[in-house]
Amino acid sequence: MSRADAVAVVLWIGATLYAIFGGADFGAGLWSLLAGGGERGRRPRALIDWAIGPVWEANHVWLIFVLVVLWTGFSSAFESIFSTLFIPLCLAALGIVLRGSGFAFQHSARRASGRALAATIFGLASVLTPFFMGTVVGAIAGGRVPVGNAAGDPVTSWLNPLSLVIGALFVATCAYLSAVFLVSDARRARAPDLERYFGTRALVSAIVTGALAAAGLVVLRSDARFVFDGLKGDALPLVILSIVCGSAVLVLLRRNARRGARVLAAGAVACVIWAWGVAQHPYLLPQKLTIAAAAAPSATLTSLLVVFVVAVLVVLPSLGLLFTLVQRNLVRETSTPAVQLHDEPGADTLRR
Amino acid sequence: MLATTLQAARSQMAFTLGFHIILASLGVALPALMLIANYRGLRHQDADALKLAQRWSKAVAVTFAVGAVTGTVLSFEFGLLWPAFTGRFGEVFGVLFAIEGLFFFVEAIFIAIYIFGWKHLSPWTHFWSGLPVVIAGLGGAFSVVAVNSWMNQPQGYAPTTGKVTSVEPLKVIFNPAVPYEVPHMILAAYLVTGFLVASTYAVGMLRGRRDRIHRLGLLIPLTVACIATPVQFAVGDTAARAIAKDQPIKFAAMECVQTTSTHVTEYLGGRCTSSGVKGGIGIPGLDSFLVGWSTSTQVVGLDSVPPDDRPPANTMLHWAFDAMVGICTLLIGLGLWFGIGWLRKKDVPQSRWFLRATAASGVLAVVALECGWIVTEVGRQPWIVYNVMRTSDAVTHASGIGVTFAAVVVLYVALAAALIITLRAMSRRWRDADEDAVEGPYDPDSQAPPGALAEGSQ
Repeated sequence: MSRADAVAVVLWIGATLYAIFGGADFGAGLWSLLAGGGERGRRPRALIDWAIGPVWEANHVWLIFVLVVLWTGFSSAFESIFSTLFIPLCLAALGIVLRGSGFAFQHSARRASGRALAATIFGLASVLTPFFMGTVVGAIAGGRVPVGNAAGDPVTSWLNPLSLVIGALFVATCAYLSAVFLVSDARRARAPDLERYFGTRALVSAIVTGALAAAGLVVLRSDARFVFDGLKGDALPLVILSIVCGSAVLVLLRRNARRGARVLAAGAVACVIWAWGVAQHPYLLPQKLTIAAAAAPSATLTSLLVVFVVAVLVVLPSLGLLFTLVQRNLVRETSTPAVQLHDEPGADTLRR
Repeated sequence: MLATTLQAARSQMAFTLGFHIILASLGVALPALMLIANYRGLRHQDADALKLAQRWSKAVAVTFAVGAVTGTVLSFEFGLLWPAFTGRFGEVFGVLFAIEGLFFFVEAIFIAIYIFGWKHLSPWTHFWSGLPVVIAGLGGAFSVVAVNSWMNQPQGYAPTTGKVTSVEPLKVIFNPAVPYEVPHMILAAYLVTGFLVASTYAVGMLRGRRDRIHRLGLLIPLTVACIATPVQFAVGDTAARAIAKDQPIKFAAMECVQTTSTHVTEYLGGRCTSSGVKGGIGIPGLDSFLVGWSTSTQVVGLDSVPPDDRPPANTMLHWAFDAMVGICTLLIGLGLWFGIGWLRKKDVPQSRWFLRATAASGVLAVVALECGWIVTEVGRQPWIVYNVMRTSDAVTHASGIGVTFAAVVVLYVALAAALIITLRAMSRRWRDADEDAVEGPYDPDSQAPPGALAEGSQ
């Protein structure tokens, strides 16, 4: 494997992590929006708030990671994508701004109206970003991003059947991932009714996602032959594995199985992303720009790989520490209604 | 068409960066103030200091969450506004952003751990969990500012025209502008944050809230800021001299030097015209003296390059520079006032005039920060990469920047309003001694505990 390919693998790892963790968060925003207002949606939303919690920021750093690896490792691809797909990327960024603000202010807004507004913005933005990210991926897979500064069509490059189907597929995938994750969270929270609530939604969104994926294949066949042929060729094992994982999730959900659904759902999504990468190999922008042609000078690629290794060594343990702390303590606290603020003389008892 | 796109793109970049730089400064320095208070609280069993540390950690969380948003926007703008710049040089400076991403990640994770740790970690473990936040803040600041330094002093790549085919990352990272730009920005972050936090407590004291929390809340940040200010003055002075050497046209524009000559007059204020400075206070020979410790030092003038290679908005640039230096001088004065008062009474000066001056210092420090950013950014124009790539060659060929700029202004005004309202609401609740009711992002309190979910009592 060449160094350029290795950096492309790093790029795809970042994209996969963003799709799974960021995607689950986006999906949670969507479910929060669909839960409905007032009393009816209160408990599902409470669960979502609880589950999404303190790791939100970390999940979305993967996007920055993807952008930086792309512009450092494959600068000309970054230039081409961001200039031709100016409109959908602006809209995706808008979604990120609104969502991030919703996150920052949702919990600190005291008045109910403020909270409701923040929550609605949060939900809408959760749909906006994955949808337009999907249209971007559709434009790339469809070979509609030529090399250069805004060299492609600013509108038809992403406003076409393939992009729209993939946009919808992204939204559905986020909803699916999130629902599967929330089933486990509901179990952790010992809320069996919510477990059923999200179980149903996981099933429905799994079927919708599968249908959209099938539709995507049909459109790919007529519109992006190169990628379609790749999916039928080298990437076929990954496609099959994805279908197997997806089907297994359905079975597990039907049987109310306690384990495995989350990992398999994430696996199904990861397989699709890697299938796409394998299918369009050796191209970064299918039939326009190869990985080798777009690659940065070797010293840059080496530095990127070094930073990536350091990141794995430093960030993953930290992230693991955070996840462990959060999960352990939140679970433990169900039985400890009052917690003393440490070491503060005369500390107030914290109502929980 | 391209000219208006360039204008809009530059305005949007200036606006979003000018906004982010305030939040970034808070993100770099506020965790340090928080840890100082935390240390004091633990070391001296000081409940008030601990309370301050806890409050500041919530402010850190909110500003960091908003800063993460405005930072993400900036990374999009590298492609949305300046695709040709990133397309050509992303492979040169990009590694610095990869390093920055690493620091940012660490900072995000440990802020969450620290906030969480208030209730779930032993006191000293909790204190140490905050340290990576401070270190990552410094590392992140280094990486980002090093990119800007590289844009001012590009090196470490070849060839200098056309597609880059070889890169020397260490030469890029440790470019000649790093030694003065990076410390200048990090000190600015500490200075701005210190004065900004101190000013909010000064306002509270002016309104009659002179309890110990307020005095301590003023004392800690003001001490940090007042130590940073004179150091900053010296670093800035070194930076100006380095710029006179490295980027003589930027320096000429800052000082309105039209023709290359010796015995150059230093002007405070005034209007820059092609025939020299109109108005303002002139001190003969001082500019030459400041550049080379002798009035016979030659200073390069704007006329040494064609008009197309000179920075725009000369008067604004000159005023921005003067304002930055002027404010820094005033803040040193405030530091002396504070220091002398402390030596005499071993307490924060309580006079209304001192508190008024401290209350003004926060806004002044932010103005100085923005002025400094204007000097370095506008002063580099018309180049995006100094003497290598013009900003006009870097801008996107996509249309619609006018629309995005308008949208960004509306969004950011709303964001700023929401941030200020949130921080004010937090402080009001703290005053009502309703400590637990203050929830922020990352806060475990903000989440319905599973028990409440099951009972439906939330």
